[in-house]
Amino acid sequence: MTVKDHLSRRGLLKGAAGTALVAGLGMPAIVRAQSDVIRFGHLTPRTGFLGPLGEYAVMAADLAVEEINAAGGILGRKVEILKEDSVNPQTASTKAERMVERDKVTCIVGEISSASCLTIAQVAQRTKTLFVNTGGNSDALRGKDCKRFMFHVESQNSMYVKSVGRSFMQEGLVKGKKWYSLTADYAFGHDLLSVAKRFMEANGGEFAGDDLVPTDATDFSAYLIKIRSASPDLVVLNLAGAQITNFLKQYAEFGLTFPIGGFGFDTALAWAAGKGNFVGTWPVVWHHLLETPGSKAFTEGFVKKYGKPPENQAWGDYIALKIIAQSMNELKSTESLQLVEHWEKGAKFDVLKTREGYFRDFDHQLMHEMYAVTALPADKVENQWDIFTSSGPVPGPDEPLDAIAATREENACTFPA
Amino acid sequence: MTFTLFLQQVLNGLLDGVYYLLIALGLSLIFSLGGIVNLAHGAFYAIGAYLTIVLSPYIGFGGSFVVSPVAVALLGVLIERVLFTRFYRTDPIYSLLLTFGLAMVAEQALRMIFGAPPLSYSIPPALRGQVFIGDFIYSYYRSMLLVVAVACIAGLWFLLQKTAFGRVVRAGVQNPDMVGALGISLQPYMSAVAALGIGLAGLAGVLLAPIYSVHPAMGAEIITPAFVVVVIGGLGSFWGVVVAAVLVGLVKGLMVAVGYSAGSTAAIYLLMFLVLLFRPRGLFGERITRFE
Repeated sequence: MTVKDHLSRRGLLKGAAGTALVAGLGMPAIVRAQSDVIRFGHLTPRTGFLGPLGEYAVMAADLAVEEINAAGGILGRKVEILKEDSVNPQTASTKAERMVERDKVTCIVGEISSASCLTIAQVAQRTKTLFVNTGGNSDALRGKDCKRFMFHVESQNSMYVKSVGRSFMQEGLVKGKKWYSLTADYAFGHDLLSVAKRFMEANGGEFAGDDLVPTDATDFSAYLIKIRSASPDLVVLNLAGAQITNFLKQYAEFGLTFPIGGFGFDTALAWAAGKGNFVGTWPVVWHHLLETPGSKAFTEGFVKKYGKPPENQAWGDYIALKIIAQSMNELKSTESLQLVEHWEKGAKFDVLKTREGYFRDFDHQLMHEMYAVTALPADKVENQWDIFTSSGPVPGPDEPLDAIAATREENACTFPA
Repeated sequence: MTFTLFLQQVLNGLLDGVYYLLIALGLSLIFSLGGIVNLAHGAFYAIGAYLTIVLSPYIGFGGSFVVSPVAVALLGVLIERVLFTRFYRTDPIYSLLLTFGLAMVAEQALRMIFGAPPLSYSIPPALRGQVFIGDFIYSYYRSMLLVVAVACIAGLWFLLQKTAFGRVVRAGVQNPDMVGALGISLQPYMSAVAALGIGLAGLAGVLLAPIYSVHPAMGAEIITPAFVVVVIGGLGSFWGVVVAAVLVGLVKGLMVAVGYSAGSTAAIYLLMFLVLLFRPRGLFGERITRFE
């Protein structure tokens, strides 16, 4: 709503101006003290349909910074993190610019919306400041829109499709089968749909139907009626945010039983759908039931601080900050360019999984294991969090980590000078 | 697409609009009588849904079906008495700012108390299942919802058209000064209308919590289509709002049915544009002298 945007922006400006005035007049001591800290910028959607995931991102970022500082900070200096709501691509860009130019952050971390990732990356590239994307999935960000100063902890859409695609193949839901897909009508969804179509073409399946869903749609009854009459072999969701929860609740309500799965997913949305409503097989970059020592420690620390387990988005922001801190300490430098070069050389990191991860030099995508989770039947669910079982790591132990990522030919990236 | 499938989509679309109706009726009532554009109306819907989740473990869905709307209505009266009442005679832009602020405060409060992720809530077991008529499928819960909504509409219509209370309210909409001159204080009627309108929003929250995701921004999500319904229907017109809600649901449903789902949201704005172009007062809008 235009009126709303307009009013909120004005209100925000006034509030910000007031705060700045008070801070400037009242607390010179703090301003002086700040020259001793290393500042990170954190941008992620806190409101809107991605807001629920942004909240996990913020909780994890706070936890990571707390742990980094407790371990002695970076180069003996304390880390301070500036966190803001990125709202939309335009606001994200403005805030990124302000963080770099006024607040002198050493790098920017975060984001979930692929569209906002792109505008932040443009600022990062122009100001030669490192940006680590923790939640934007679109292949385009690693392909035609790639930037030398942008790295991706979040997996690209191709990795999501290929990792859960393997589960669908094992269950015989691909070759000669018909899929019906619902796709979020924005950058992320379009990108995901094209990757999914490429996957189906390559593996001998076809689409019985595919509908684009406006991002503000809450009622899926009309889609459910269409799906029922098409009787597909698999219903595939390329949706994001609260829409996944809405869909799952209404899918159960209409009593549809076609196998279901998706290429975009977040555990928080499954928790919200609740047992019985949550069905299907889905890809995740990480989940709280992983048994590796690193994951167990992270989950324990998170539960202790917030009283509930972290979801996959939390892993992204947590691990990104940990990797940055580790690299800065190793390099004895906070210079963005040095980090970029260090990572491009294939530096390896503990990413809380069975194998170490690294950034691929030609598209800056983190190479790491992913998982396919499958909903437990309602009578097997013991508590509100542990509502799924997990596949082993994908790719498996005897495959290279880049087996599920888009190849150079599939998604070419040329870094702008 | 077969004819039965199309027919099923038409029917589904007609019913779909009913969900906006409970919100839109309250919006229309409060604006008609008090001249307040209540942007916080969606927030009351959200509060209704959250209350249901909080209360259900103690009093069940049936209990919260009764208690939540009443609690929301009482909150509405409180806000009407303390805040709205100061803005009845001012430029509508002030009340717009007030209710916009209220909506933000409410959304943020819900976020602070319950967190941003959606809360889990399901249809109570007794109301699960589907209704099959030939090849038609409909959810049992939605048919119940429809019965409740129709009962609300009928009750509200009776109240406004057939009772002494309704006569005063309708007179107040047209000419509050004349009502005052006749020695009737509109104040209690304003409170009652706020309770009714806001209580209906709370009821919508209760009814939709089992099938929509319950999150802090759910109010902002529903308020825009509800406004579109009010504008298309025409201010002050009871049946206008009812017809518009059904029309909006139908247009959205049919866009999905014929394969233009991406344009289903845009279509309702186009519908509003066309209606305003040919009938600036909305489909059945009455001439309200003080708003012209």
